[in-house]
Amino acid sequence: MSGRESVLSAIREALSGVPGSERADDVPRAPVQRVDHAGPDVVALFAERAAEYRATVVRVPAADAAAAVGRALVRTGARSLVVPYGLPEDLVPSGPWSLLTDVPSLTVGQLDAADAVVTTVATAIAMTGTVTLDHGPGQGRRILTLLPDQHICVVRADQIAPDVPEALVLLDPCRPSTLISGPSATSDIELDRVEGVHGPRTLDIVVVEDA
Amino acid sequence: MTGADNVVWLGTPAFPEAARSALADSRLRTNLRRATGTIRDKRLAVAAELEDWEELRETAAAIKRHTLRHLDHHLLRLEKAVTAAGGVVHWAADAADANRIVTYLVKQTGADEVVKVKSMATQEIGLNEALADAGIRAYETDLAELIVQLGGDRPSHILVPAIHRGRSEIREIFRREMGEWGRPAPEDLTDEPRDLAEAARLHLREKFLRTKVAVSGANFAAADTGTIAVVESEGNGRMCLTLPETLITVMGIEKVLPSFADLDVFLQLLPRSSTGERMNPYTSLWTGVTEGDGPQHFHLVLLDNGRTATLADEVGRQALACIRCSACLNVCPVYERTGGHAYGSVYPGPIGAVLTPQLVGIENAASLPFASTLCGACYDACPVKINIPEVLVHLRAEAVEAKRRGRLLPTTEGLAMKAAGVVLGSPRRLAAVQRLAAVGARLVARDGRIGALPGPFARWSGTRDTPAPARESLRAWWRRTRTPTNDDARTAAEGEGRR
Repeated sequence: MSGRESVLSAIREALSGVPGSERADDVPRAPVQRVDHAGPDVVALFAERAAEYRATVVRVPAADAAAAVGRALVRTGARSLVVPYGLPEDLVPSGPWSLLTDVPSLTVGQLDAADAVVTTVATAIAMTGTVTLDHGPGQGRRILTLLPDQHICVVRADQIAPDVPEALVLLDPCRPSTLISGPSATSDIELDRVEGVHGPRTLDIVVVEDA
Repeated sequence: MTGADNVVWLGTPAFPEAARSALADSRLRTNLRRATGTIRDKRLAVAAELEDWEELRETAAAIKRHTLRHLDHHLLRLEKAVTAAGGVVHWAADAADANRIVTYLVKQTGADEVVKVKSMATQEIGLNEALADAGIRAYETDLAELIVQLGGDRPSHILVPAIHRGRSEIREIFRREMGEWGRPAPEDLTDEPRDLAEAARLHLREKFLRTKVAVSGANFAAADTGTIAVVESEGNGRMCLTLPETLITVMGIEKVLPSFADLDVFLQLLPRSSTGERMNPYTSLWTGVTEGDGPQHFHLVLLDNGRTATLADEVGRQALACIRCSACLNVCPVYERTGGHAYGSVYPGPIGAVLTPQLVGIENAASLPFASTLCGACYDACPVKINIPEVLVHLRAEAVEAKRRGRLLPTTEGLAMKAAGVVLGSPRRLAAVQRLAAVGARLVARDGRIGALPGPFARWSGTRDTPAPARESLRAWWRRTRTPTNDDARTAAEGEGRR
């Protein structure tokens, strides 16, 4: 008997006491009337919670977005900036850094040597201070936001969902997704929190609000 | 593979002896008290932020229980969805099967090394050792797992496996061992956590960039879409899940959820319950393979290894709802004092005390269901409402039954219980024994306490002092001090007559 058949038959034998009338698809779901945890000002809540995760958060009008990205690069002294395919041109700041576009695909070595990356997001979550990437246009392949040491995220205020359930329904399960809450961190040594083990050590979030 | 061989665990010494030596380690206890206390407080604070926390727990418990009752259905849906998304699904009946499948898959790629995301399932089956036997080196990339691996040690906590190590020990381990495994630790390495983390970053970065195969576990898998979820903090998970060409995920069959939408419940519960954070820094979701992004070969190994035997027990089955958050460890008065190693299993603490005996067979882990005070703190903390005390009591009965089956002669305990039955069966006999005990016990007691006793009572009395019985029993006192009225006298007389 193959592993598949032996596991399945063991499961069926173990579950022989489950009445046949009970339907597998009648899964009890979360309450329809969800409690609103986030309150009315999701943008302020998002900014506060993301900052608690030691992300640097700024709120700017649309016209100032590229400049805010530029200020984040100046702060860390980045000299090269990775620009994913599909990133709106008006988010790319000019300055004393080289631009690396991912068309054609950058090599692992090029990405490892790059200082920073700027992306948009698929959605964000106010309650948890999370940004979510589904790696569509403007967000880049997963590796783009992993190897450079600084990740700058541009979030439109209308992309901020109040809580996890409202954000998850916006994701396409067929695409890979990454939920990011603050920079890489560990508490494995005597529970002391240290930022930046393997992922980007710096996370900048630029929240764009209509002026 | 039979008996306890399917799960990596020491089994010996049994919990009472292992706990005794752990209790003697005062630094271990200090580290543990601080760690569990800190995480406990954080967890309470972030759980309190959600007014519907109890409803979330109820929902999560209901989803898990229902899914387990129709596990075959959901696993077949998962297999179909993963396959449709370009992945390959394998089924492993036990640890040996799973190790054989993973070893074969790694060899197929021509690689002789793999990077690993921290995973309880692969620890359970001893994958690293099996790969080593086949000439394949497995690198743990979670910082704590790296510390444990380099130290030739075992994890002591589900969430923070190296919590039993202090920073100076970690520095010594890095300085001594890193060079053996790859890039050596810097000469001037201090014992600052920031420095130690940086050393790990440099040591592992070259492995991430070069290794062609990764092995991970799974926190959740959605049956409708075939999406797998891994939650982590450091980014080592993301490195393993996206950089290599081939990704092999080993997942216990109980990790499946009916749908992608169910993730919202568990992504609210898991980080808050485990690290006391609103969300962990990184959550990766992927479905099969994506052209041009991440591994182009994806294998999902579905692991039974004692889970179907657990599923067959209608009381014990609920342990399979566990999402490995470790909240039960952090609230357990027994775990806090003994640490994880005393449990002898990769699954320590209260959940380990119910899961391990079921995975390996109760006769192979008979002491673990007794490693608890039955205080119920674990049940209160569990985000999926596993009634751990209920399962512990259930397994204690099974352990006693298994012991009875294995013996021809009655045990001292059995004889004592039989004698107690005879005494308790008759009020007259009870009164007589109480009078005798009061006299006898007061002879051996000192300062009103009975200490160590000889003979068959030595094991029982070795771990506790017992107050000496009162001079007279409640019933005797009642008779002596209450002057019966006529009614009382009649009732008492009737009572005597019935005896």
